[in-house]
Amino acid sequence: MSDWIKVCRLDEIAPLGSRVVASSQGDIAIFRMADDRVFGLHDKCPHKGGPLSQGIVHGDTVTCPLHGLKIGLKDGEAVAPDKGCAKSFAVKLDAGSVWLKMS
Amino acid sequence: MKKQKLVVVGNGMAGIRAVEELLKLAPDLYDIAVFGAEPHPNYNRILLSPVLAGEMTINDIILNPLGWYADNGIRLHVGKQVTKIDRTARKVIAADGTEEDYDRLLLATGSTPFMLPIPGNDLPGVISYRDIKDTDEMIATAATHKHAVVIGGGLLGLEAANGLKLRGMDVTVVHLMPWLMERQLDKPAADMLKTSLEARGLKFLLERQTEALIRGESGRVAALRFKDGLEIPADLVVMAAGIRPNTALAESARLYCNRGIVVNDTMQTYDPRIYAVGECVAHRGVAYGLVAPLFEQAKVCANHLANFGIARYTGSVTSTKLKVTGIDLFSCGDFMGAQGGKGGTDEIVLHDPSGGVYKKLVVKDDTLVGAVLYGDTADGAWYFQLVKDGKNIHELRDHLMFGQNHVGDVGHAGVSKAAAMSDEAEVCGCNGVCKGDIVKAIKSQGLFTLEDVRKHTKASSSCGSCTGLVEQILASTVGGAYTPADTKDKPMCGCTDHSHGVVRQTIRERHLLTISEVMHYMEWKTSNGCASCRPALNYYLISTWPGEAKDDPQSRFVNERAHANIQKDGSFSVVPRMWGGLTTPAELRVIADIAEKYEVPTVKMTGGARIDLLGIKKEDLPRVWADLGAAGMVSGHAYGKSIRTVKTCVGAEHCRFGTQRSMDMGVKLERMLFGMGAPHKVKLAVSGCPRNCAEAGIKDIGVIGVDSGYELYVAGNGGIKTEVAQFMCKVKSDEEVMEYSGAFLQLYREEGFYLERTCHYVARVGLDHVKAAVVDDPAKRKDLFERLLLALKDYQDPWQEAVQKPVVRREYELIRIKEIAAEVQS
Repeated sequence: MSDWIKVCRLDEIAPLGSRVVASSQGDIAIFRMADDRVFGLHDKCPHKGGPLSQGIVHGDTVTCPLHGLKIGLKDGEAVAPDKGCAKSFAVKLDAGSVWLKMS
Repeated sequence: MKKQKLVVVGNGMAGIRAVEELLKLAPDLYDIAVFGAEPHPNYNRILLSPVLAGEMTINDIILNPLGWYADNGIRLHVGKQVTKIDRTARKVIAADGTEEDYDRLLLATGSTPFMLPIPGNDLPGVISYRDIKDTDEMIATAATHKHAVVIGGGLLGLEAANGLKLRGMDVTVVHLMPWLMERQLDKPAADMLKTSLEARGLKFLLERQTEALIRGESGRVAALRFKDGLEIPADLVVMAAGIRPNTALAESARLYCNRGIVVNDTMQTYDPRIYAVGECVAHRGVAYGLVAPLFEQAKVCANHLANFGIARYTGSVTSTKLKVTGIDLFSCGDFMGAQGGKGGTDEIVLHDPSGGVYKKLVVKDDTLVGAVLYGDTADGAWYFQLVKDGKNIHELRDHLMFGQNHVGDVGHAGVSKAAAMSDEAEVCGCNGVCKGDIVKAIKSQGLFTLEDVRKHTKASSSCGSCTGLVEQILASTVGGAYTPADTKDKPMCGCTDHSHGVVRQTIRERHLLTISEVMHYMEWKTSNGCASCRPALNYYLISTWPGEAKDDPQSRFVNERAHANIQKDGSFSVVPRMWGGLTTPAELRVIADIAEKYEVPTVKMTGGARIDLLGIKKEDLPRVWADLGAAGMVSGHAYGKSIRTVKTCVGAEHCRFGTQRSMDMGVKLERMLFGMGAPHKVKLAVSGCPRNCAEAGIKDIGVIGVDSGYELYVAGNGGIKTEVAQFMCKVKSDEEVMEYSGAFLQLYREEGFYLERTCHYVARVGLDHVKAAVVDDPAKRKDLFERLLLALKDYQDPWQEAVQKPVVRREYELIRIKEIAAEVQS
């Protein structure tokens, strides 16, 4: 049984921005969309390990800062024709705070 | 609501491309049915020649497998020829009785080969060269018969002849005209082509008119007789004497046809419910037989079918590339020039018969209007671009013939001719992509554009220095299907149809101040852009409206958001500022202390002659900057689309040759330009004498001291493409150096497109334009300079902001969580 862990307040993440959570499973990037939805991905691009948290967020994707791969935020899958997947973490918004579930 | 019905007659490249474009724009608008007379799904007709030559198989050239139709909910009727359109009842009827109703109809019936009206043209063994069936028959015949005759020495005829020769046949090409490919080549180029094909064993009979095909004892064709009585053996006759738009169906439905189904600029026929694209169409009196224009038509047609109603097709400039392995030939535009009967053209010609190279450029009123290249087609794509863009080539004229020098600089071992490369040769040095990988992707994925190739192979997608090579490979693989995009009106990215130029202009004219305002006003297709357009928009806004538009950190690449340079492992590098490259023992001590305190793994000198501290964790950045700040130092912009460094030599301060105080001048310039954002990085150098130890000749602005003052050079580049800076003017004083340099940079800041270096900017607008504003017009120069100073006036040291403002500092802070206890919600 895994539990939800409080990460930060929503307003501590810029819209279309991200923050990095240090965890026992490595760094996890938490992204905030324009409409305040939040997503969590392992902070490592499947291509060459670039920190996705540092990329530009647009639509429901982030562009890796190292070589420009586009990664879908909902599932961590690279946008075709690129291939690869970053591990996805459950993240939710509750009462103005962002919660993360470690699996 | 019930979907509208779209019926497409013609399952070829034009019709299906239109459907693909439509599905991109409006995937759910129509219920779609497609009729194809051939029993195959859509295939790449252009690649029939490689199939004939034995280089590929039919399966390799299928563009849309049957599954594609199913996945998109398209009803496909293959092997069914539509014989009737009932415009009143709005339905089409196929020969086998199949019917489909339509709300809108798209005709893409293509063309039919022209069969010479001579006796014997219906004998077995007499075929055209149009589809898979013809190709199969040619391959089969080559295995059993000896003599082939190809009638028609055009593009298609020569490809057929070459393929049959490779299949072991004895091939003669018969041509009515005095030289081969007269619609694409002038005589000198055609003669070289003929010589080269003869060396491969092909035979040619030019200026011969065929009178009859003669039947042999077996019943199939056996010989061919000319008007002059000559007879040659022929077991196979391939008619490649041209194509005719296939208008029979349209004519039977009483649609207006005149050498093609007549359409307007929206690809609509005289019946507004019926559209037409492809080889069957006559647009402004022209029927196109190459695939590039068909794709442009398909795109426009899809736009209207999707009810967008904003696209227009205004005709195409076509280019030709012969797909015969090992022969490099290219032509585009009005390549005949004055000989073609049009006055006022000049020809620039280079002809080296022994060397096998011929190049002719046709110039009219300072624009390039056509080109023929034989033997060295490296610059074909560039010339084609110049023709399409109608660019003024006045400044290029004296070296236009020698090409763009675009390829072969760095990253691919100096090779500039794709044809000479082996499949294993590395084309893209950034991403390690070989020629064979690119060719394979183009063929197997059905790629037609540079963008496609970049997406699928990554070649040319990083530094771009191999773009010219990739274009050549693309052109030689897909032949006439290749069309470089218009650079002039090229959309910024997939989020918009507007070009950089139009967006810049609109932001200025409409006084737009935020990214969302721009996206809303200019009807962006995506909700918040992409990683390519947002940084550009952000730059355009703050450079156009300094003090009014607000910077958006989330629309900046990480380096400019974090104010340090990201490295491959996600750490950052910090380059402490050394104005003009000068430092002191005290500053060096501070840097050394920081390097030890934060366990910096690597310390090195940068290309701009500054000290680089590499491998700093993002979390530590604000602390590093605080330590620098405490010692009175600032960090440096060693990463941004901004002023980088001003490199200097020792100059008159110490050097026995120095004529001007270059260190002092460099410091003044670097301080003046502190924090200046730009479309791309900006590097300066100041040398104290013409020995030029600061390498000012390859900088965006190079200042060279001479006894009587300074020479100013602009638009140099030492990177991907080495460009020597061009002399702009000579000035007398330090103040003038600052004013002229500042004015030049402000002009670039106001007019440059995002990610355009000064060398590209000046190549686009011309040095004369720059001089007119910066040198010749003192009032303009002063205005530009004042606008630059105004924009820089309120620049805040971003590193101290990160140190002092908690909201900004958050960017650097890691969130640490307790995974077991603490605040847990179940």
